[in-house]
Amino acid sequence: MSILLNRDSKVVVQGMTGSEGTFHTQQMLEFGTQVVAGVSPGKGGGRHLGLPVFDSVAEAVGATGANVAAVFVPPPFAADAIMEGSAAGVDLVVCITELIPVNDMIRARAMIGRRGTRLVGPNCPGLMSPGDHAKVGIIPNQNGYPGHVGLVSRSGTLTYEMMQALSQSGYGQSTAVGIGGDPVLGLSFSDVLELFARDPETELVVMAGEIGGADEERAAELIGRGYPKPVVGFISGRTAPPGKRMGHAGAIISGNTGSATSKVEALEAAGVRVADTIEQIVDLVRDRIGVAPTRA
Amino acid sequence: MKLLEHQAKSQFRSVGVECPMGRLAHTPQEAAEAATELGAVVIKAQVPIGGRGKAGGVKLARTPEEAHAAAAQILGMDIRGFTVPTVLCEQALDIARELYCGVALDRDRRCLVVMLSFAGGMEIEEVAETAPEKIAKLWPDPFAGPQAFEIRQLALDALAAVGGDQTIPKSSLLAQLVPLVQRLYSLSQRLDATLCEVNPLVITGAGRLIAGDGKIEIDQSAEFRHHDLVRELGDDQGAGSSGEDPLEVEAKRRGLTYVHLGGTIGVVGNGAGLVMNTLDLVKQHGGEPANFLDIGGGAKAEVVRKALEMVLLDPQVKGIFVNIFGGITRGDEVATGLVAARDELHITVPLVVRMTGTREAEGRQILEAAGITPAVSAPEAASKIVELTSGGSR
Repeated sequence: MSILLNRDSKVVVQGMTGSEGTFHTQQMLEFGTQVVAGVSPGKGGGRHLGLPVFDSVAEAVGATGANVAAVFVPPPFAADAIMEGSAAGVDLVVCITELIPVNDMIRARAMIGRRGTRLVGPNCPGLMSPGDHAKVGIIPNQNGYPGHVGLVSRSGTLTYEMMQALSQSGYGQSTAVGIGGDPVLGLSFSDVLELFARDPETELVVMAGEIGGADEERAAELIGRGYPKPVVGFISGRTAPPGKRMGHAGAIISGNTGSATSKVEALEAAGVRVADTIEQIVDLVRDRIGVAPTRA
Repeated sequence: MKLLEHQAKSQFRSVGVECPMGRLAHTPQEAAEAATELGAVVIKAQVPIGGRGKAGGVKLARTPEEAHAAAAQILGMDIRGFTVPTVLCEQALDIARELYCGVALDRDRRCLVVMLSFAGGMEIEEVAETAPEKIAKLWPDPFAGPQAFEIRQLALDALAAVGGDQTIPKSSLLAQLVPLVQRLYSLSQRLDATLCEVNPLVITGAGRLIAGDGKIEIDQSAEFRHHDLVRELGDDQGAGSSGEDPLEVEAKRRGLTYVHLGGTIGVVGNGAGLVMNTLDLVKQHGGEPANFLDIGGGAKAEVVRKALEMVLLDPQVKGIFVNIFGGITRGDEVATGLVAARDELHITVPLVVRMTGTREAEGRQILEAAGITPAVSAPEAASKIVELTSGGSR
């Protein structure tokens, strides 16, 4: 039905009592996500939004069986929160926080990698499996619609736009994953593509990249070796000048790596059709999997 | 933050990486005095950019008179947009060999990489492009750091890449490289640097390893841990000498994520990916974007106002394209904010707004009533703003 997140996922929110944590936990609950607990060191024993609050993720996991951690913790403490979630034994950590120091992320990623924990983000909108009424993160509730398109993107608002455009044309999503705009990320495009390849509910994948790094090129290599489902691509930042950080810490062309041209070429060489606009993404999806059933 | 050469070198010295004797000079007279004290010196422009040598910003001076003349030429010189405020006068080295040694972020592997190459003196990106086999690499365990045996292997790999050059004194090299790499690595950790490189790392005629030049870049997201140092280094670099675009400096002061691009169409949107995409659309429709401005996820009326104000500081701007995706924010709220901002700021240039999402119909009505052109789709808005700004004057 989906990847990474489904109706059985039990979510613990780290930083739930903060203002962002509070607002987005409410939104997640409204969407139908099974949020089971919050963690705020020092506030354990209390309740917030009708949910139990614990001092540590380990306690929360022990008491509630949570298997997904959502991190809404400020940047200086976020890498620690990611490692804490992993050490407590959750399968998936989703980190929304932006502006985490790169060295912190390198260490956090190495530590959780040894435990086999999956990480989405940081600096990401999180993920949503509309058919399972499950979302972790900040994707607006009204943008998702159940269906068979797998969506993976480095951007936040652009992801919402794509979801809305696809949903309005009748193309719902199995799961939409925002992998984040930082230079050091958890799951890569390739990791998510591999998960979509094995998901029976996903018919086609839309992959939206942007300038910086070479993750899109790596994904193109994976697709070029033979990918079982059609992929539609999109790259933003075609007009971005080299050496300038375009909002996201990871969206920067350094020397010869990271240009939009290189990514578009790599994807096209792997047989991926790359759209120029969001409207065109919908057209290409239609080309590949046919006219969608009318949206309810 | 990028450190200037002399700032990087003082960091190198603080961890025991040897650098040439040097003095910083603000005037030709000071440069001459440095040469009197140090003998033959190399006079080097202190600007945070590579390619100084090719631009004439590095000169050898054998006497105080030559040092005076060289400094007089270099000080105040423009190197790719950076005015040279100071020169570093360093004792000239007896160079037998030049290496590259650096710690950098490897985005592909999502960790730091230590690189060593005998193709020193060249920019490492250039070597990576033309002769990648000449660069030996080591990816240290992020918790343990580079171990001695790993560094010896790195050196042996780099040597093998140049055919095991017999003129290079292997045992002395290995003995010196191990502490040097460990010191550079620990410096990169202490400073939260995403780049910490010595290039060239000089092997002198006597076989000593000395840092000929160096670059350090502190991770912007980690600057909160280095407030004092960042302020001190920033003051030392001085206003105006950083070579930053004045509009970008102003935007930073106002707390806005802004990149100046030089065209005529101001662009404001929420979310980095969405704004990048908006720039692409403007270009696809034949326009030239003036800037990138991301007001972030939850667009608030006050931020919209600040953004419009910022965009209009650029005298080149002939029209503004606002592209808002209303997720959690309501369209009517954004529209009200936009109308108020236009009236308060007396905006007379064309303003095209495309908004979608929550309560977009209500938002569009508010805009129309106030005489602002709303657009349904982003491509339509892009074509509209290009049409409204082409040809006509402000």
